[in-house]
Amino acid sequence: MTKTITDVVCPFCGTLCDDIEVIVSDDGKKLIEVDNACVIGTEKFLHSQSSDRITRPRMHQEDGSWKEISYDEAVEYTAQMLAKAKKPLMFGWSSTNCEAQSVGNEIAEMSRACCDNTAATCHGTSLIAIQDVGLPSCTLGEIKNRADRIIFWGCNPAHAHPRHMSRYSIFPRGFFTGKGQMSRKLIVVDPRVTDTAKMADIHLQVEQGQDYELLDALRVAFKGEWLPDVVAGIPSEKIREAADVLKSGRFGIIFFGMGVTQSLGKNHNIDEAIAVTKDLNEYTKFSIMPMRGHYNVTGSGEVFAWQFGFPYAVDLTRGFARYNPGDTSTIDLLTRGEIDAMLTIGSDPGAHFPISAVKPIANMPSVCIDPHLTPTSGVSKLHVPVAFNGVETGGNCYRMDNVPIDCRKVVEPPEGMLTDEEFLIKVRDRLKQLKGAA
Amino acid sequence: MATVTLKPTKVPELMLEGYSITPDAFAGKTPAQIAALPAHEGKIHVTLGDFFEVSGNAGATAAETDIVIAGDCTRVKYIGSKMTAGTVKVNGNADMYVGGWMKGGKIHITGNVDSFCGMQMQGGEILIDGNAQNYVGCAYRGDWRGMKGGTIRIKGSAGNDIGTFMLGGTIIIEKDTFIHVSTHAEGGTVILKGDVEGRVGGQMVKGTIYVFGTIKFMMPGFKKVDRVELEVDGTKATFDHYIGDLGERHPKSKGKEIFADLYVKA
Ligand code: SF4
Repeated sequence: MTKTITDVVCPFCGTLCDDIEVIVSDDGKKLIEVDNACVIGTEKFLHSQSSDRITRPRMHQEDGSWKEISYDEAVEYTAQMLAKAKKPLMFGWSSTNCEAQSVGNEIAEMSRACCDNTAATCHGTSLIAIQDVGLPSCTLGEIKNRADRIIFWGCNPAHAHPRHMSRYSIFPRGFFTGKGQMSRKLIVVDPRVTDTAKMADIHLQVEQGQDYELLDALRVAFKGEWLPDVVAGIPSEKIREAADVLKSGRFGIIFFGMGVTQSLGKNHNIDEAIAVTKDLNEYTKFSIMPMRGHYNVTGSGEVFAWQFGFPYAVDLTRGFARYNPGDTSTIDLLTRGEIDAMLTIGSDPGAHFPISAVKPIANMPSVCIDPHLTPTSGVSKLHVPVAFNGVETGGNCYRMDNVPIDCRKVVEPPEGMLTDEEFLIKVRDRLKQLKGAA
Repeated sequence: MATVTLKPTKVPELMLEGYSITPDAFAGKTPAQIAALPAHEGKIHVTLGDFFEVSGNAGATAAETDIVIAGDCTRVKYIGSKMTAGTVKVNGNADMYVGGWMKGGKIHITGNVDSFCGMQMQGGEILIDGNAQNYVGCAYRGDWRGMKGGTIRIKGSAGNDIGTFMLGGTIIIEKDTFIHVSTHAEGGTVILKGDVEGRVGGQMVKGTIYVFGTIKFMMPGFKKVDRVELEVDGTKATFDHYIGDLGERHPKSKGKEIFADLYVKA
């Protein structure tokens, strides 16, 4: 006999689909089938079932081999490392729940660490722009029911957020968008002809690194001012046509991704995109939303902002929170040789950072808390495997539109394994003892 | 004037936060008292004496105090930050935040500086003989009131974000600049003697930019209005005069819209 669990939340991307069905064995120990999720979401669920999973912490030995240790020994190493370091860094947080993030923040405060999440390499620049000029945004539900002008700027949801278009942005028939795709006009801005761009009514094939110029040109076009013949590789008539389409809608939304947040100019591109949104509100209703990647990177920003006042790149070394990306951000800290210990959780910098930022991790005391074997777990001194969040433990997560959604536990983790939160609580309590003794 | 000399004795393992290295903090102190001034290396409390040998005498006030650092400060942040008077000279490089939040006095770095030099500056002079990284004379994160006064002269090249949210003062970059000059500015003057890649004056409301070299990618929001003869930083030349950013909001004075001015050498 099997059991079907409905309304499960997919812990993979920022779309945080909450209509997944999971079939588990009668004893609740094995996950058998996943329905409704896209391919990557399904894969995430099934991965927890692999037979070669690491279930106990391991210490890197001098000769490169690994030695299995107990969770208690792992707690001791982690607490000692954080207590002794002059400037420890606690990085990641995007693939764990808000409860674990909050315990992490307690640890960070006690060990006066720098803390940062994966926004460092994706939407951190958006957060800078939002702080500079604000963010007129909305929820995905509003978009489903109202939006008739959709822009995808520098993102490719067809591959990165596969169910985004069917659940919210293009296909669904909403309250005021009864004809589904027919009620919406889609503009895609991308230098490449992506699968998303192929669906567009207007594809603005912007020259690489010229997004800022194109956004400025749109603003000039809204005002009907003079424009050069070609901007960012696009004829000015086409820019004016796009501007008219945007102005004529009833409710519009700009979704933007790493194609603009991490290309030339970074935060300034988003700053100008927000200005475009603001301008469009002179003519109609318009919103803008970052396409957040990891399923709970938004939650990490929320928890940091709630507890420290800043959404990422927080430096607590002086006993109060400081924030200045460029100085307090992870890649800069690593490449400038500013930190002497690193804890990674719920992310894989080893796979995503430039090599000059990964090498230092291998040369300092380091802990990687991750259910998977990753390039980061490979270079860290200690690897602590944990239960899968959103599969083997529940917890709070934030969707890309800042809506909190509680994830659900669907199966038991392997015997004796801890969750992120349980492991961090042990580290926190041990740190308290160490501080008390000091 | 009295001169205090700091001789570096040790390279910090991590970066040193040398926020006490200002004439204001040194004024009226003996070398022993100066050596005991606080600094931070990560979360560890250290003193200036842990990293420098202190000699000479401080003046009674900041204005009467000159500081000379006889050696390299590549790994020292905040030199001369928040100073109000006096002088600081570094014979070598310095790290981030040189002259950040500075109100008066003079700073001279003979080498290069890292980012955030002259951030949120209000007055005084900064002279860098070498290159500067990013964010010269920019605003602090999230602040829409950037540099208000003073002069920053970089004899070498600079990176991106020069004079972001600038309200007043002057920035001169004598060699090439990368991108984003006077973004969001509502005042101030930036003089670029070399070439610049682009994004000059994006979202600029008011203020002035002079470019002696070429702009590789011009902002579409700038429109050429005339050609003028000008003397800029001691050089006479003919400039094409543009106004912009036409996409941005602009204040009105006597019923006329005020734009930012961009002059590019013809
Ligand atoms: S779109 Fe994202 S959240 Fe939805 S099922 Fe796919 S991976 Fe999971």
